[in-house]
Amino acid sequence: MTSEEIILAIKDIIQTIAPDEDLSELKTDVRLRDQIELDSMDFLDIVMELRKRYGVQVPEEDYKELATLDGCVAYLTPHMQGKTLKVGV
Amino acid sequence: MPELSRIVITGVGLTSPNGNDLATYRANLLNGVSGVKKWSIRHVGETNAGVCDFDALRYQKRKELRRGTRAGSISIFCAGDALKDAGIDLATRNRSRVGIYIGTTEHGNVETENQIHEVAQYNFDLAYWSHHHNPRTVANNPAGEVALTFGITGPAYCVGAACAAGNVGLIHGMQMLQLGEVDLALAGGVSESIHTFGIFASFRAQGALAVHDDPTKASRPFDKNRNGIVVSEGGCLYALERLEDAQRRGAKIYAEVVGHCINSDAADFVLPLAERQNECMRGALAKAGLAPGDIDIVSSHATATPMGDQQECEAVRAVFGDSARTHVNNTKSFIGHCMGAAGSLELAGNLPSFEDGYVHATINVDDLDPACEVRNLVMNQPKRLDRVDHVLNLSFGMLGINSAVLVRRWRGS
Repeated sequence: MTSEEIILAIKDIIQTIAPDEDLSELKTDVRLRDQIELDSMDFLDIVMELRKRYGVQVPEEDYKELATLDGCVAYLTPHMQGKTLKVGV
Repeated sequence: MPELSRIVITGVGLTSPNGNDLATYRANLLNGVSGVKKWSIRHVGETNAGVCDFDALRYQKRKELRRGTRAGSISIFCAGDALKDAGIDLATRNRSRVGIYIGTTEHGNVETENQIHEVAQYNFDLAYWSHHHNPRTVANNPAGEVALTFGITGPAYCVGAACAAGNVGLIHGMQMLQLGEVDLALAGGVSESIHTFGIFASFRAQGALAVHDDPTKASRPFDKNRNGIVVSEGGCLYALERLEDAQRRGAKIYAEVVGHCINSDAADFVLPLAERQNECMRGALAKAGLAPGDIDIVSSHATATPMGDQQECEAVRAVFGDSARTHVNNTKSFIGHCMGAAGSLELAGNLPSFEDGYVHATINVDDLDPACEVRNLVMNQPKRLDRVDHVLNLSFGMLGINSAVLVRRWRGS
C-alpha cells in the first residue's frame, strides 16, 4: 500500500468513527486530536478497525506512533505491505 | 407520616411504534392505527414487532449515536422532548437538582449479542471484542446517556422492574421529588428489546410469541384467538415536578399522580397471580383515598398471552366488577408490548382523555374470550364519556412484580 493509500485508509476509518467531521483539510504533520474531536475511545476504534480491515495488530506501546497522519504512514507502511485498500466498509 | 408533596406531570416525551409525540400517538389510538410491522432478526427470522421511527438526530450527533445504545438514543429523544414539552430550559436550572430515573425490562442483551456475533466472525478471538461493550451494557447506560447529552449532574440511573418498569420508573421519580432529592425528575421507561433475538427466542420457547400473518392483528389481548406477545421498542419519559414548583412557573399540568402501589406475587418466575394484582390495584386506590367506583379508566397490562390476560381480567373483575363508571382498555393491542416502556407509554396514551373525554379502545377483539369478559371493556372503537377524572394504569412483570399508577385530572387547585 502506498503512503497515499495508507492516508486514505486511515481517513476512511476516522470518517466511520466520526461521521460528522470534515477531514478534507487534515494536515498530515499535526496531531489528529488537535484537529478533530477524537477521544481515547475513538482512538481504540481506529486500532480495532485496522485489526478488522487489514489484520494489523497495533500493540499498546505503539499507539503513540499513530498520533499524526505522517506517523501513521511511517508506522503502518511495513505492516500494510501487500494489503488491499478497503474504504466505505 | 409527614405530609408528602403533591407531584404533577408537566411534560411528556415519547416514541411509540405508532407515534413520536403525544398528539400523533393519541390520534392513532383513537383511530385504531396499529404500529406493529413485520420484523426480521438474526436467528429468529421473520416475526412481528413494534418499531419506532423517531428522529434520532434531534438531540444527538451521528458519532454519539454510533457510540451509544438504542436504549440510550430512545431515552435521549424522550428526555429532550419531555423537557421541551414542559417548557423547561436547563440553562436556567440547577442541573444538579435534576434526576433521571428510567425503568428498563432488561439492558445489555442487544450489545452482548452483537459482540458475540462479531467475535464469532473471528473464531472467538477476543482481540475483536469491543471496548464499547462495558459502557454500553452497564445497567445505568440509558440514564447515563441522557445525563451526558444534556449535562445533567443530578442522580441518573435505571430501575430494573421487568415489564412493570415504566410505571416503576415514574413512581421512583415521584418519590425522589417527595424526598427532596431533586427538583425535577425525568422519569418513565424505555425499551430496545426488538434488537435482541434472545427476547423473541425465549418467548417463542415459552409458547408466548404472537404469530399472525397480518402484523397489525398480531397483538390481540382478550381475543379468543390470541396467541402471545408482540415485542416492541419505545420510550416515554415524563417531566415530574412538585405541585408548588410547577404552579410557581405557571406550567401546564397534565395530571396529578395521586396513588401508586408496587408489590410482588412471590409465587412464580413467569406466571401472574390475580390475587396479588388485586392487592396492587387496591393499594393504589387506598393511597389515593379513592374507591373502585371513582375510577373512569383502567389501562390494562394484558399482553395477549392466554393465561396472563385471564388472570388480569379476574383481578380487574374482582376490584371493579361493581363499578358502572369504570371502563377498561388496552394499548398493547395497538403497539405490542413495549417492555420497559410499556407502563409509561400506556399511561401517556390515556392522559389526553382528561381533555377529550374519550376512552381509547382495545383493538383486534374479533371474538371475545369469555374468560376475559370484564365490565365496560371498550372494544375496537373508542367510547366517549361525560368526563374522565381518574385513570389507573396497570403494569405487571416477570418474577411477579405488579405495579399500579393512579392519576387524576388536574382541577386547577
